[in-house]
Amino acid sequence: MKSDIILCGVGGQGILSIATVIGEAAMNENLYIKQAEVHGMSQRGGDVQSNLRISSQPINSDLIAKGGADVIISMEPMEALRYLPYLSKQGWIITSSTPFVNIPNYPDMDKINADLDQLQNVIKIDIESMAKENNIPRSANIILLGAAQKALGIEYHKLEDAIRSIFGRKGEAVVEANIKALALGKAMQK
Amino acid sequence: MARKRLLLGDEAIALGALHAGLSGVYAYPGTPSTEITEFIQADPLAKERKVHSRWCTNEKTAMEAALGMSFMGKRALVCMKHVGLNVCADPFVNSGITGVNGGVVVLVADDPSMHSSQDEQDSRFYGKFAMIPTFEPSSQQEAYDMMAVAFDYSEQQKLPVLMRVVTRMAHSRAAVTIADEPREENELNYNAEASHWVLLPANARKRNVALTSQQAQLETDACNSEYNRYVEGTDKSMGIIASGIAFNYVNECFPQGCPYPILKISQYPLPKALVRRMCDECESVLVVEDGQPFIEDMLRGVMDGNTVVKGRLTGELPRTGELTPDVVKAALGLPSDETYNPCPDVVPRPPALCQGCGHRDVYTALNKVLLDYENPRVFGDIGCYTLGFLPPFHAIHSCVDMGASITMAKGAADAGQWPAVAVIGDSTFTHSGMTGLLDAINENANITVIISDNLTTGMTGGQDSAGTNKFEAICRGLGLSDDHLHVVVPLPKNMEEITRIIKQEIEYNGTSVIIPRRECIQTFQRHLKQKKNKQ
Repeated sequence: MKSDIILCGVGGQGILSIATVIGEAAMNENLYIKQAEVHGMSQRGGDVQSNLRISSQPINSDLIAKGGADVIISMEPMEALRYLPYLSKQGWIITSSTPFVNIPNYPDMDKINADLDQLQNVIKIDIESMAKENNIPRSANIILLGAAQKALGIEYHKLEDAIRSIFGRKGEAVVEANIKALALGKAMQK
Repeated sequence: MARKRLLLGDEAIALGALHAGLSGVYAYPGTPSTEITEFIQADPLAKERKVHSRWCTNEKTAMEAALGMSFMGKRALVCMKHVGLNVCADPFVNSGITGVNGGVVVLVADDPSMHSSQDEQDSRFYGKFAMIPTFEPSSQQEAYDMMAVAFDYSEQQKLPVLMRVVTRMAHSRAAVTIADEPREENELNYNAEASHWVLLPANARKRNVALTSQQAQLETDACNSEYNRYVEGTDKSMGIIASGIAFNYVNECFPQGCPYPILKISQYPLPKALVRRMCDECESVLVVEDGQPFIEDMLRGVMDGNTVVKGRLTGELPRTGELTPDVVKAALGLPSDETYNPCPDVVPRPPALCQGCGHRDVYTALNKVLLDYENPRVFGDIGCYTLGFLPPFHAIHSCVDMGASITMAKGAADAGQWPAVAVIGDSTFTHSGMTGLLDAINENANITVIISDNLTTGMTGGQDSAGTNKFEAICRGLGLSDDHLHVVVPLPKNMEEITRIIKQEIEYNGTSVIIPRRECIQTFQRHLKQKKNKQ
């Protein structure tokens, strides 16, 4: 088993908490993990990404080579496209459809949507609205994780277990919100 | 029983040091090294043992305090980013001459590709320069294990050990197997010999000879080190020297095993015997190292040799920037995977000052005032507020190193520039700005200094700032008159007052300090959340 994942978004959107859940699930399955993160200056509203690699075999590089990523999970649609050269031709993009506009020259959304629609394996979800409608406003990122479950190659209940152990200390309500988010995402899979 | 933990490279280093019987970590925050000290500050064993972990004012005070702890026989860790080593170069280099009593590891995190830095310097040059042993782990597990080895080796050789990591080691997570029993701390002892530590020329000359003679032993140890490994290969048309994490990128390129011999290097001085073996066995040698061509340059030298040496200096690898699996693959002549082209509609998203940040109000006010002057110059400094260079502010004209805002403004004023304004953060001011301000005050230089005080070390994530609540007292203590010392609250509603004060102090012919003070918006939100959680 091998899964190379690029998590991306804008600094402050919470991509690392998705990585934490995947990492926990992978640890529980005794898989090898490497996860390169970005800390420091670019966290201030700039583009951020994390390379997460999980495998049943030992992993060498902390970074994913171009054309090697099995999945891009993105909290923002333009950010998903930024890492396109890293995506394998068979790879999946799972992205939020809501643009995060904090720059004056943000491209026309029609263009971004057209670029995404051209690709074979894309799941776009309006996670913000979905989270609000379902009364789980702080779990939008976990919806994306649910939608990525098959592409990640991790069994669904293993992700549930990971959510329980990571959010457990924050109380049952937080755990249930995230379990619900995971299920909503799962239902969006193609 | 052995346990596994998912740790950042920085965290593995921190835990490795604690389990090696650490008594104190001394550091100033700096990406990508900050998480080492933060981990120790939060660790239960460190709390129980009362391991020193409070932030230092700068890297020089950190290094010297660590030497003091070592003098008394205990183990100390000093952490910094690569440019921090410039700040503590004086005690660092001299620590090779004094030697150590308790073990000292100087952990320096280099930042190839300059993700959060102003240069790409490679700390291994400092290790060679100071003639002290240097370790360069290739994995998080090795980083953890090496810490105990490095402290033991430091005490065995009576020398500090430099441990060099890079961003992709510091900020990458992997599962690390943890030792069963942490080692006890050293007892206080009085074994430090004054003749070693008092660097009068007469003593220092002897020590210099001793350190120089010790080099042969250090090199022999590097040749025999478990961390320097010669991996056999069948295809001798090329040999590969790979240091630190470069070893991983090379192996990544050969999932079925590498056909070429590989010399993995993680301990210096350069193990020349191992290098010679490779050069004798192979027709050419490719040197793969993250950072500057340190090993490659030593191999190449000036005179032509028989071995063809390839690497960053011959264009097989890019001359600058961090290594990636892709550039290593290209250097090995392997084909790339089929890839998508970059999407032409994607635009850059540079970092920016947070919405609601006080630095924003400072720049808004400063820009407004400076509109009235013909050629104003604003000298910036290192911190979040360096982002004031970018749109929409375009507010600063320089940023060189920690503290240079004040001293450069003074030099510009000496040259005849007016207005000359310095913008510096609170933590940067105590790190390296105070001495420059004393120079300015002593000459009553015609500069206006803005200490933008957000009560924290913001850019590295909100660590305690050494001078909090002391800035007015520091300025007064340095001799600044109260007439030209002002504190304001940077908020849009106070814009009239702030601009009036800035204007007034620019018009004053002499040194003045304005302190806009408002908590960093990031730490403010964090504190609010903590308060809410407590209720």
